[in-house]
Amino acid sequence: MAQLRCENLALGYEGKEILSGLSFQVNRGDYLCIVGENGSGKSTLMKTILGLHAPLAGTITTGDGLVQNQIGYLPQQTMVQRDFPASVYEIVLSGCQGRKGLRPFYSKQDKALAWANIDRMNIRPLARRCYRELSGGQQQRVLLARALCATRSMLLLDEPVSGLDPRVTAEMYQLILDLNRQEGITVIMISHDMEAALRYATHILHIGRHLFFGTRQEYLRTDTGRAFAGEGRAAQ
Amino acid sequence: MNLNLLQTLQMYFQYDYVRYAIIVGILIALCSSLLGVTLVLKRFSFIGDGLSHVAFGIMAVAGVLGLTNQMLLIMPGTILTAVLLLRVGQNTKIKGDAAVAMISVGALALGYLLLSKFSTSANVSGDVCSTLFGGTSILTLKPTDVWVCIVLSVVVVIVFVLFYHKIFAVTFDESFAAATGTKTGLYNLIIAVIVAVIIVLAMNLVGSLLISALVVFPALSAMRVFKSFKSVTICSACLSVACAALGLLFAILVGTPVGSTIVAVDILAFLLFSLAGLVGGRRA
Repeated sequence: MAQLRCENLALGYEGKEILSGLSFQVNRGDYLCIVGENGSGKSTLMKTILGLHAPLAGTITTGDGLVQNQIGYLPQQTMVQRDFPASVYEIVLSGCQGRKGLRPFYSKQDKALAWANIDRMNIRPLARRCYRELSGGQQQRVLLARALCATRSMLLLDEPVSGLDPRVTAEMYQLILDLNRQEGITVIMISHDMEAALRYATHILHIGRHLFFGTRQEYLRTDTGRAFAGEGRAAQ
Repeated sequence: MNLNLLQTLQMYFQYDYVRYAIIVGILIALCSSLLGVTLVLKRFSFIGDGLSHVAFGIMAVAGVLGLTNQMLLIMPGTILTAVLLLRVGQNTKIKGDAAVAMISVGALALGYLLLSKFSTSANVSGDVCSTLFGGTSILTLKPTDVWVCIVLSVVVVIVFVLFYHKIFAVTFDESFAAATGTKTGLYNLIIAVIVAVIIVLAMNLVGSLLISALVVFPALSAMRVFKSFKSVTICSACLSVACAALGLLFAILVGTPVGSTIVAVDILAFLLFSLAGLVGGRRA
């Protein structure tokens, strides 16, 4: 049974449709990259999967032990966060908030989980530091640790490497790959970085004028895939 | 000299109205600083101004209608506006600062219009001035006012402590919180209601124009020096209480307007904290 199955989705907001007829499914342990031009609806799709937007048509079902609000989410950074006075520990711990319901305070288990994920992301020395003083790569690790507090099985990453320098970008991709391959966490990632998508992903969803969903090998046989792969090689 | 000062203070403290003013002033300073950090970060620094003008407008309406207990109209009306601004306002076409500006100026103008046309008082501009700047109303409190203020402050503090972690989550990253199952709509509603209650309370103390200062200054001062949300919140609460107490004492001793004096102390504290932040770096 698929963890996430989208059937015949139509997406948009305020009644304007930007995408329709979208169907795909994600199984446990997959690494799906969502690619497409700016404005093709990648972020809207992500917000729809997370339940922040209702789809205009179609259905999203979760299964295989996954509940919609237990998807770990790594959003793009907002302006608010750049000058937010918060320690790394406070932010990671807030990843447990969704499960708390109306209970006001964090339990010992929540705190232990936060520390475990801080160690998983290798940021224990930063735990008491202020988030706004960290580098871009360190901030992404903090947000990834928070996302891991919210999920056991699936991560949704919205452009996780935008604004990072090449070395930190490579580290970030490795970190995500390890979570996927070694710990079996399903990864869905929105990306501009076609080359990385083709290197790491098991499946590709291309949205825009031509919709494509399939494995990476299948994608490389399509015209768009070939064009992108060619571009990637030409750029090197 | 020092002895004289103490004696004068002691003399003043024998009067009920001075004790009431100190109690109410400190409670309001405490409450208004609690949500300051959240409001500043959500880019709603001016909501204090906007809502207090709305409260002023409603007060004018209540006056025209001849209501004896104006609070019955002011409190629900202000809460409703706060909810519209903070909760619904996030997804509308007119965003944050523009919506606050519109409501603020609009309510002020309409309130003044109503007062000037229908008020029975001989000195309308004097009334308006004391509503806007606080004037002396904090020195003319009745015991019931003090009890209402104490009860509401206790409720505000308890609600804030119980929802502290949720307020943090919603302020830091609303879409993450919503995506992972936090009921962000509910908590934004709670924030809006607390803000409205605090502002209606604070109107007595500093008047509607200076409420923003009470909300914003302690939070910004604390953010100069401290690094975690918890320490910033605690520091801004303590700072706000200290500034209010100092300002009140000074105003009573020297006879300056209460609201402006408190804000002047807040400004001074902000400058000191900025300096401390520059010199000492930031602390956890």
